[in-house]
Amino acid sequence: MSKQLKPIRAEKVETIRVLDADGKVISPDLEPKLSDAELRELMRRMVFTRVWDQRAISLNRQGRLGFYAPVAGQEATMIGSQFALKKEDFILPSYRDIPQIVWHGLPLYQAFLYSRGHQHGGQIPEDVNVLMPQIIIGAQIIQTAGVALGFKKKGEKRVAVTYIGDGGTSQGDFYEGINFAGAYHVPAVFVIQNNQYAISVPVELQTAAETLAQKAVAAGIPGYQVDGMDVLAVYTVMKEVVEKARNGEGPALIESLTYRYGPHTMAGDDPTRYRSNEELDEWEKNDPLIRFRKYLEAKGLWSEEDENKVIEEAKEEINKALKQADETEKMTIPQLIDSMFETLPAHLEEQKAEYEKAGE
Amino acid sequence: MAQMTMIQAINDALRVELERDETVLVFGEDVGKNGGVFRATDGLQKQFGKERVFDTPLAESGIGGLAIGLGLTGFRPVMEIQFFGFVFEVMDSIASQMARMRYRSGGRYHSPITIRSPFGGGVKTPELHADSLEGLMLQTPGLKVVIPSNPYDAKGLLISAIRDNDPVVFLEHMKLYRSFRGEVPEGEYTIPIGKANIVKEGEDVTIITYGAMVHTSLKAAEQIEKERGAKVEVIDLRTISPIDIDTIVQSIEKTNRAIVVQEAQKQSGVAAEVIAQINEKAILHLEAPVLRVTAPDTVYPFGMIEDKWLPDPNRVVKAINQVLDF
Repeated sequence: MSKQLKPIRAEKVETIRVLDADGKVISPDLEPKLSDAELRELMRRMVFTRVWDQRAISLNRQGRLGFYAPVAGQEATMIGSQFALKKEDFILPSYRDIPQIVWHGLPLYQAFLYSRGHQHGGQIPEDVNVLMPQIIIGAQIIQTAGVALGFKKKGEKRVAVTYIGDGGTSQGDFYEGINFAGAYHVPAVFVIQNNQYAISVPVELQTAAETLAQKAVAAGIPGYQVDGMDVLAVYTVMKEVVEKARNGEGPALIESLTYRYGPHTMAGDDPTRYRSNEELDEWEKNDPLIRFRKYLEAKGLWSEEDENKVIEEAKEEINKALKQADETEKMTIPQLIDSMFETLPAHLEEQKAEYEKAGE
Repeated sequence: MAQMTMIQAINDALRVELERDETVLVFGEDVGKNGGVFRATDGLQKQFGKERVFDTPLAESGIGGLAIGLGLTGFRPVMEIQFFGFVFEVMDSIASQMARMRYRSGGRYHSPITIRSPFGGGVKTPELHADSLEGLMLQTPGLKVVIPSNPYDAKGLLISAIRDNDPVVFLEHMKLYRSFRGEVPEGEYTIPIGKANIVKEGEDVTIITYGAMVHTSLKAAEQIEKERGAKVEVIDLRTISPIDIDTIVQSIEKTNRAIVVQEAQKQSGVAAEVIAQINEKAILHLEAPVLRVTAPDTVYPFGMIEDKWLPDPNRVVKAINQVLDF
């Protein structure tokens, strides 16, 4: 055995942080220059999203929603990253990333319809630049490389942004996508939401890599690791890489360290089977809402009254959206058949007619 | 009119569409400078530039994802899968993503993508290059599957595929690429997707087939006519999804007998689908069961026995005799 050979090693990755657990600024040079109104808007969106998440969980338990993947704990990553985008930027979400696409313009009632398995949930309005959530793990990564290449070819200053979980980084499509984006030098930003578990499998069993951020090295693109419970840190990193991508400086990968407090989805997952309460408590000490609230309170930008107002407003908007979802006409089989092709082939015309005849 | 091989006709179709529509992009492994391993894209990068005709990293799934993303941003991607034996690597992009885009988004988004790929056997490629996996595509709602059998059809159908706003799998039989020439008009013309072609008229028995087996079937038809004077009608499906059942039924109403010839393995393929549809629409016109001539239900074999594995005119003749003598 040779002792002279030294294997290549990725450099030590530093986690980017702006706030500590008490909401005090620890990296003043990284503190984003946001207006007071923008800072309050970030908080409003996080509180709104937390209320919506709690309500969605309860609606799911009552059988009033379908598929739902809880988001509590991940608000700083979701809200902070989307807040750094322009309306013309395009989001390719994964199944948990409903908050990002709603804050990017998808009407809330359509998110509820999506959850219920109604086709209109995915009928994204023309001026909203998002795709419906991806179910196959990793498929959105390669598609993002394609959307970004399209923007580059058209000379449009737009960025394609996508999200994947820690488990998703084990998929072949993840490597193919970041490699394509690097090879073509396209405006794509890949956000890994490392919430520590792929359903029940911890990230340590997912990979021997020290961090997920360093996977960027193999694709020849810049990688960053950020404290995903710190909304200002997420915003700062995201803003920088998105603007670089917009200006032709190529793609980037961000690993955001976060945690989902709830189950993987509402379809029967019980996280107590694979996670300890102590671990949950530890992460909750870093709760993104508490940290940011303390930061804002110290600046005199947030009060209990503000928070209660947002909670009430969220409840009202959620009820309105639910009503609109309830009032949306149900899907039919002929409609489903019609959505298979631009022009219906004869055999589908025939099948459609059979259902119409039967009154379905 | 120019005399062209099928590969030249395909190259010509790509050139016509690249010239006509700036949103058409041609990409895949080795399609750029090298002009494709079979030369289907020869000279296109030189003429249209690296922005429009380009090489991809070697990753089939990535190529499919790239096509989806480019389709979403207003382009008309023509992606090449170098050999259809590699389709499993990109099956998610094809079946779970592009074929479902219109459904999933309620018509908001679509996938105006053409997936070109050489397929079929008889040219002694290494393992997992040659195969007839078209049956897999039939089970996928939202896809059209086109298989031309001659240069004229190849050009007209490929132009239709590129202009289609839904994903079209366009399969090019490797053995037909250079085996003969045919007349191909210059400039643009289209052949409708979903319409079969009666390549030979007859009254006594119908052969329903596609791809390279059109030629095998024509040889068999000639032999039967010599041997017993029976007149064989040969239908080239051209599109295997959707299948043009009307043309098939009209023919069977005339001949009352039919066989289906496919290069692929027997179970659950195009032939099975054609026979099921005949049962639904024309059973009372039949004087004999519809037989299938196919490869056996094994994996595609190594080169040494490839020619024996593939259906040949003699096996087609045997099946025709069986339905005529039933």
